[in-house]
Amino acid sequence: MSDATATFQNGVLILQGDWKRTAPHPDADQFLKDNPIEGPWKIDASQLGKWDSILLSFLSKVLAYGEKQGNSADLTQLPEGLRRILDLGVYGRKNATAQRRQQDQELSIVHKSGLFGLELKKTIHEIIYFTGDVTLSLFRLITFRSKMRWGDFFAQVINCGPRALGIVSLISFLMGLILAFVGSIPLKWFHAEPYVASLVGIGMLRLMAPVMVGVVMAGRTSASYAAELGTMQVNEELDALHTLGVPQTDFLVLPRFLAMTLMLPVLAVFADIVSIIGGMIVAVFDMDLTAHAYLNTLVTTTRLNDLFVGLITCFVLGTLDACCGCYQGIHCGRSAAAVGKITTAAVVYSIVCIVIATSLITVITVILKI
Amino acid sequence: MPDFEFPIEVSHLTMAYGSRVIMDDLNFNVKKGDVFLVIGPSGCGKSTLLRHLIGLQPPAKGTVKLLGQDFWAMGETERQKFMQHIGILYQRCGLWSSMTLAENIALPLQLYTDLGEKDIQEICSSKLELVGLAGFEDYYPSEISGGMQKRAGLARALALDPEILFFDEPSAGLDPVSAMNLDQLILELRNSLGTTLVIVTHDLDSIFTVGTDAIYLNPRTKSIIGRGNPKDLLKDPPTPEIKEFLTRAGGR
Repeated sequence: MSDATATFQNGVLILQGDWKRTAPHPDADQFLKDNPIEGPWKIDASQLGKWDSILLSFLSKVLAYGEKQGNSADLTQLPEGLRRILDLGVYGRKNATAQRRQQDQELSIVHKSGLFGLELKKTIHEIIYFTGDVTLSLFRLITFRSKMRWGDFFAQVINCGPRALGIVSLISFLMGLILAFVGSIPLKWFHAEPYVASLVGIGMLRLMAPVMVGVVMAGRTSASYAAELGTMQVNEELDALHTLGVPQTDFLVLPRFLAMTLMLPVLAVFADIVSIIGGMIVAVFDMDLTAHAYLNTLVTTTRLNDLFVGLITCFVLGTLDACCGCYQGIHCGRSAAAVGKITTAAVVYSIVCIVIATSLITVITVILKI
Repeated sequence: MPDFEFPIEVSHLTMAYGSRVIMDDLNFNVKKGDVFLVIGPSGCGKSTLLRHLIGLQPPAKGTVKLLGQDFWAMGETERQKFMQHIGILYQRCGLWSSMTLAENIALPLQLYTDLGEKDIQEICSSKLELVGLAGFEDYYPSEISGGMQKRAGLARALALDPEILFFDEPSAGLDPVSAMNLDQLILELRNSLGTTLVIVTHDLDSIFTVGTDAIYLNPRTKSIIGRGNPKDLLKDPPTPEIKEFLTRAGGR
């Protein structure tokens, strides 16, 4: 195997040796620097050995340089195979319909912030549109004009409810346990051990259970809504519904939205019970309280209002979780990468919305002394 | 790699999904430089045969030899290394959507060669020029049309200068002009590079334009019932099914 060389003499580019990607080969930029092509020229490949893509990329660069200078090469004397494939490249360059793009990093900060502003405007518009769409869809449901399939709704209820019980139980049980353990430390200082029941009861019922169920369902169900609807967008299933005249909000968003909104309070009640049991285990085995004393303190110190605030919070969080998942899914791009992006976005936005909504509800209920 | 008269040798190949046999005891060789077509009615197992040839599915029985080597007798590492000798254009292109076209073509080169980044970029650009996509280096697959995606898929399949190229329904989803242009491009590449091509198709225009050899799979007998140049098969059909298929049930 002889080394690949390219020399330019009297308007002839002489190619010699084997041009394989596994062996050293001349660099096209360096070659053009040393041999600025002027006037008509041709290629002599009579001493060319074996070749692969490396020769093609070298020649394509040199030919493109010549074409730019207005000096196209004469390819007629080349071996048939090489000539035909170079012709394809020449044809491709001549008929190019695109210019290489400006890379993102080359954009100025003003340009980038302008693009961000435009994107933000579009997103705000889409969110308003989506909210209006869901509201109208609910209105159609109430007035019996909706095209929602009840079968889909019940399937989603099972998905959001019974199938989520495992993870919700595990997490709420452990949260009850942890809350009681941590709370027991300062309570022991003041000999106020029985109030561990109030701590677990009020903490879980009012705030912790709704937030935890909301976060778990954001990761579990919002993400699956986004991924499912996003994949439907990629497969043109959403387009098929649209052209059939079925509003995608009625058909796809509404069953998911209703299921999540209705099931989240139910899951929270379940989480409340399991976490109280978790707290009771700590109270009985670590703090020497009886189960009876624990439950008694719980009932006397926890108000029904705590439970109602928790349930209303759940209702709001369910709405937010479902909307984040469905909104992201419906506004998905048409590629696998886009599905990944919107799934992440669905979870992130759900959790951010949960934290903001919970903070607002807490402040409002404190002010209103509920 | 030394030259092989028959880069693909299939002997006693039985394909099955669990206990359901799709094709039984297939035997055929593909000659170097041929445009070899796998044809047959929908659901006859054409794509399954392709999956066996490109190493996505192990045979239930029999052997598939590519470039003289029994694909399934190799170890995992050897098999992965061997894959650089074949290029595949999938029916739905299989372009990685999170990468630009240039990155799609660059990945096989980065994995299997010691080339520098500059060389790789130049090869990517020249491959894109070859398939008529000059200037589209930084576009994502979702930003270009179906026909362009097919050509970009072809450019990626060509990245490592493979000895054998496999195509699964190359003209599926393309308009007649784009399909014809793709056929011409495939032929041109075969004539220039001497690559062996295996094409799974049921597009009649493609069959007669590009094919030099073909097998016809019959789902009923689970075997090959016709073999040869498609033009010869049309002239002298060995069975009524083949005649019906190649003449579009007499309408052609």
